[in-house]
Amino acid sequence: MPHAPFIIASFALTAVGMIWLVISSYLSMRRAEASAEDLKERL
Amino acid sequence: MHRFANPARFLRIAKPLTPALFWPGLVLTLVACIWGVFFTPTERLMGDTVKILFVHVPAAWLGMGGWTGIAIASIVQLVWRHPLAGVAARAIAVPGATFAAICLITGSIWGRPTWGTWWVWDGRLTSMLVLFFLYLGYIALSNASSEKGDTSRVAAVFGVIGAVNIPIINRSVIWWESQHQKASITLGGSSIDSAYLVPLFVAVAGFSLLFGALVLMRMRAALAEMRIEARMRRMAQG
Repeated sequence: MPHAPFIIASFALTAVGMIWLVISSYLSMRRAEASAEDLKERL
Repeated sequence: MHRFANPARFLRIAKPLTPALFWPGLVLTLVACIWGVFFTPTERLMGDTVKILFVHVPAAWLGMGGWTGIAIASIVQLVWRHPLAGVAARAIAVPGATFAAICLITGSIWGRPTWGTWWVWDGRLTSMLVLFFLYLGYIALSNASSEKGDTSRVAAVFGVIGAVNIPIINRSVIWWESQHQKASITLGGSSIDSAYLVPLFVAVAGFSLLFGALVLMRMRAALAEMRIEARMRRMAQG
């Protein structure tokens, strides 16, 4: 049984999970902080 | 610890700390993965599938470590009512659940060529699956309580009770007959050859730093949303 597909699948899955976590966390942080700052300036 | 319970003081530390954890974490993770995949030898029994170790073990460590963090933050929330503790626990939940899922799936992928099966209902695999479901339950509970606007004490109690599963996962390979191997790294030493052990430690360090950065990002987002809600409430009251 060739091992390469199992190794590639494991690393690819981890990469997808990490990229999703980083992008979603970063965007939610930037959006929330920008909205809070915007509201503060308007008041 | 009480000094850092102030959100403003926490944010002053968290803002520079987020990139300080993220970039070294990313570099260490990439170095460890490249090192592990391309520069470690083929293992005598497992062949090249041993390279899955460099993502599976950090994911398992962070899946379990994440819930330990939730339990500690929940105790702090329940006992000392720190305003940041509940925020920290909720910020850990999604990254922790993702790492638990990565651990389960990479373990299953590793099991097929080495054990000849994708899954067995033994103590280690089943208790890790239970941990993943506990994460899902915690996320649902904390989302429901934040929608209602209360301080999610039910989620905190759930976080503490769920920690019972952590020692069960750890001891499962000793208590029950398991397809999964016994612990290779203990306080007394390691049975892993240094050719694998050194890049494994680099991978664990890199993923842990990334995990820390992700938790800080999510805490900052939650605190900003709380500031918006507080201002909107003040505006509504006139």
